Amino acid sequence: MGESKLKFPDPHEVEKIPGTEGWERMFPYQYPFVTDDPEREQYEKGMFWFYDGLHYPEPIYPFDIIWDEAWYLALSQFNTRIFAVPPVYGVDHRIINGYIYISPVPVTDPAEIEARVGHFMERAGYYYENWNKLEGQWVKKLEGIISDLEALKIDPLPELEDKSVVMEGLGKSKGYDLLHAYDKLIDLGLLCWQYHFEFLNLGYAAYVTFLDFCQKTFPDVPLQRVTQMVSGIDVIMYRPDEELKKLARAAVDLGVDDIVNSGKKFVEVKAELENSPNGKEWLQAFEKARYPWFWTSTGTGWYHHDKSWNDDLDIPLASLCIYVDKVKAGKPIERPMDDVIKERDRITDEYRALLHDEEAKAGFEQLLGTARTVFPYVENHLFYVEHWFHSVFWNKMREVAAILKDYGFIEEIEDVWYLKRAEIKEALWDVVTAWATGVKPRGPQVWPQEIAWRKGVMDKFREWTPPAAVGTAPEVIQEPFTVVLWGVTNDSLKAWAEVDAAGDPDSVNQLTGFAGSPGVVEGKARVCRTVAEIGQLQEGEILVAPTTSPSWAPAFQKIQAAVTDVGGVMCHAAIVCREYGMPAVVGTGHGTSIIKTGMTLKVDGGTGKVIIVER
Amino acid sequence: MSRTQPLVCWFQECHKDSVPLVGGKNASLGELINAGIRVPPGFAVTTEAYRRFISQGGVDREIKDALAGLDHEDSAALDQASSRIRGLIESCPISTELEDHIADYYRRLSKICGLPASPVAVRSSATAEDLPGASFAGQQDTYLWIRGAEGVLEHVRKCFSSLFTARAIAYRIKMGFAQEEVALSVGIQKMANAFTAGVMFTLNPANGDRSMIVIDSNFGFGESVVSGEVTPDNFRVDKVTMEIVDKTISKKEVYYTLEPAEHCSRKFTLPKERQMSQSTIDKDVLELARMGKIIEQHYRCPQDIEWAVDKDMPQTGSVFILQSRPETVWSCKSSDKPPETGKKKTAMDHILSNLMMGKKLS
Repeated sequence: MGESKLKFPDPHEVEKIPGTEGWERMFPYQYPFVTDDPEREQYEKGMFWFYDGLHYPEPIYPFDIIWDEAWYLALSQFNTRIFAVPPVYGVDHRIINGYIYISPVPVTDPAEIEARVGHFMERAGYYYENWNKLEGQWVKKLEGIISDLEALKIDPLPELEDKSVVMEGLGKSKGYDLLHAYDKLIDLGLLCWQYHFEFLNLGYAAYVTFLDFCQKTFPDVPLQRVTQMVSGIDVIMYRPDEELKKLARAAVDLGVDDIVNSGKKFVEVKAELENSPNGKEWLQAFEKARYPWFWTSTGTGWYHHDKSWNDDLDIPLASLCIYVDKVKAGKPIERPMDDVIKERDRITDEYRALLHDEEAKAGFEQLLGTARTVFPYVENHLFYVEHWFHSVFWNKMREVAAILKDYGFIEEIEDVWYLKRAEIKEALWDVVTAWATGVKPRGPQVWPQEIAWRKGVMDKFREWTPPAAVGTAPEVIQEPFTVVLWGVTNDSLKAWAEVDAAGDPDSVNQLTGFAGSPGVVEGKARVCRTVAEIGQLQEGEILVAPTTSPSWAPAFQKIQAAVTDVGGVMCHAAIVCREYGMPAVVGTGHGTSIIKTGMTLKVDGGTGKVIIVER
Repeated sequence: MSRTQPLVCWFQECHKDSVPLVGGKNASLGELINAGIRVPPGFAVTTEAYRRFISQGGVDREIKDALAGLDHEDSAALDQASSRIRGLIESCPISTELEDHIADYYRRLSKICGLPASPVAVRSSATAEDLPGASFAGQQDTYLWIRGAEGVLEHVRKCFSSLFTARAIAYRIKMGFAQEEVALSVGIQKMANAFTAGVMFTLNPANGDRSMIVIDSNFGFGESVVSGEVTPDNFRVDKVTMEIVDKTISKKEVYYTLEPAEHCSRKFTLPKERQMSQSTIDKDVLELARMGKIIEQHYRCPQDIEWAVDKDMPQTGSVFILQSRPETVWSCKSSDKPPETGKKKTAMDHILSNLMMGKKLS
């Protein structure tokens, strides 16, 4: 075992990018790896840090790191302080050249692990036992904070306060309200992320236990076969896409499909539809579907630039047209749910019948039941938090940015993301106090030039390829997320290390990832870095993407296989491909940087191998 | 026994309940056929035929005489009685009626196989109540590569006589079983002229995974695989999806096939150009796995199976199951486990122990 120990770079010796010196000030001070504190440096060297490409396929913006800090706190506190997961604390975070690295922290003292067991059994046990009731409460909590968020007013500062401030004796100004609203906005975001992790670790722990149980009982069973036994459960993830399909059918039924599918922008399509009763009826259905389902993000929802469908209606319109074409051609557009469920039940029965002793049978039933109970949350939380909440949140932040722009703190609204959230609070104080005092704020002299520098740094970060992992690989990973979500296993680490060692991407002919969905196909690759590029997909191509999310759903109508850089068996691409019965290899680490559009690939979703057959 | 009991019957007419008539081995072949498993065709000479044979010409009386007052510990006397009875049985002519039946079925069998005189295996098939222990007297009498009605009849008698080995006689005396009530059936089955053959486990013998079927194969008869003389080709088939998930083609230097002059199995060197070629085609591997799965379901436990692809019979499908018995290594392991004494494990217990174990990385 010792010999095969995988080597990854020392985090303190990762190359510094010329011209970015001082980048550390763009992020929270505790994030960079350090060499001025021997104890911390030693700790950092000894830990295993892997690049969180699942959430951050590109360098992170100073503002956007808010969600990283939020989950850093939330995941860790639930593991460490709330449920007392016996062998693991939280997940530590660092940043290198704008890229986030994470590291699960084990509990090393056996006595402490032992002491945590009782707490865990009581606390986690309570959640598993009352899962459905608590999940119901969770949905209410989320709907509550989302409605608070939507109601939050970010008002510009008036020349003179409204008379009501006097007549009603309010005793405070719009200046105070602005500071308060910003605090409230940030606070809602952090609260949302507290809830995000309320069930997630337990959900994954139960899910992973079922996977492991099956793999122990059937050592040769492919992982995706096991996840198939938990497939076919109705989850929200598909809902936005379902709405598009409904609208596509409605367009054909109402005879407005030619207008909808005219290739024009949504505003023009809308204007034309308003001329006829059927067109109006269709527009009504469209408006109804938008809230909340079009709050689905076109990315993972983690970045401010991951626009939602509601932000750009041309995006859902384009997807909708793919379905209109299919409907008119008489092709089925519905998910083959019945087939998925039938196959799920068939294989579940087969494996159940192969269990010989009573103990194994009982374990299988219990764990399958638990896995199916937790599965909807594991999927559904994404829509509530990453899509709906985030999409509304980014737009509220743009309202804050508009005020900063008015005062000349930033040149463009989209410049606001180059500021840390604490810096924005300071800038707002500057705005508000200057407004209150009737003088010029200091900000316009400070921020535009800092932002210009930061933009240059971010560009340099983007050109750099982060190593898959740094530090020292451990022998055991106990953190339930790490395996399922990021696909960190012995094999994937080895494959990452090999590609890193190969250096020249043109010399790599084979990629190894996670076997996400079984099947073997050969076809032309189409690299899509963002969802905006899925329009270029041709029928029967193989999608190669950093990662996918629900808004990529229409892509799966055209492709015959998917390859992603990041993700484990539970990632979006793997789940969708299993449902459609097409192969997927996920978590290849470097797919989009090695594969080029037009290459001929052989994708083996059973073994997790992608072979470049022809360049 | 009533007069309506047949003297011979096809394997496919045999089933579980016909053990008293055709013995365990023949009944089990009938069961397999009726479960959709292809086994080399054949027929049973029934216990009714045996009884008629024994009563004709007074063989039964002679047996009674020979066994009267025998002590089951007197081995010299047992040997003497045994050889007297066996000599009698083997030399006693078979009645025309019985001979006609057996010869007629043999001719029909040859016709089915498309051969002028099909080589067959002649095996005794004991009824369970006579022979409770495994591999007991008579059960192992098997005569291979027999051709022609004469030869078949001769070996049927040899099987009959195997009921009276000294050991079998002693055993029945000791257990107080009536000697005159024992009976035996004989199976006559086409010899598989194997193009390729081997063994199949309905689990992965390497790790006990019951969701897998593992098949070893080599050209020719299965002997080279069973004896371990070659490293066979190895196939792993997923029992749930019925796909070949793993295939290893090995270098196979020898194989067993029919020596045409003497009509028996001989070892030959496999021509160089065939040594690295796949001995069983994928289609046949999948067909075998399909049958393995059915057999396992039929017997409700993992099986260790001998099989062959018969080159004489391409027209009816040529993949045949020769023998199936319970797999013992892994199947015993699970039943040997002491019964769980503690309280039942809950999902929480599983989750906790899984968290504690973590994921091993090396």
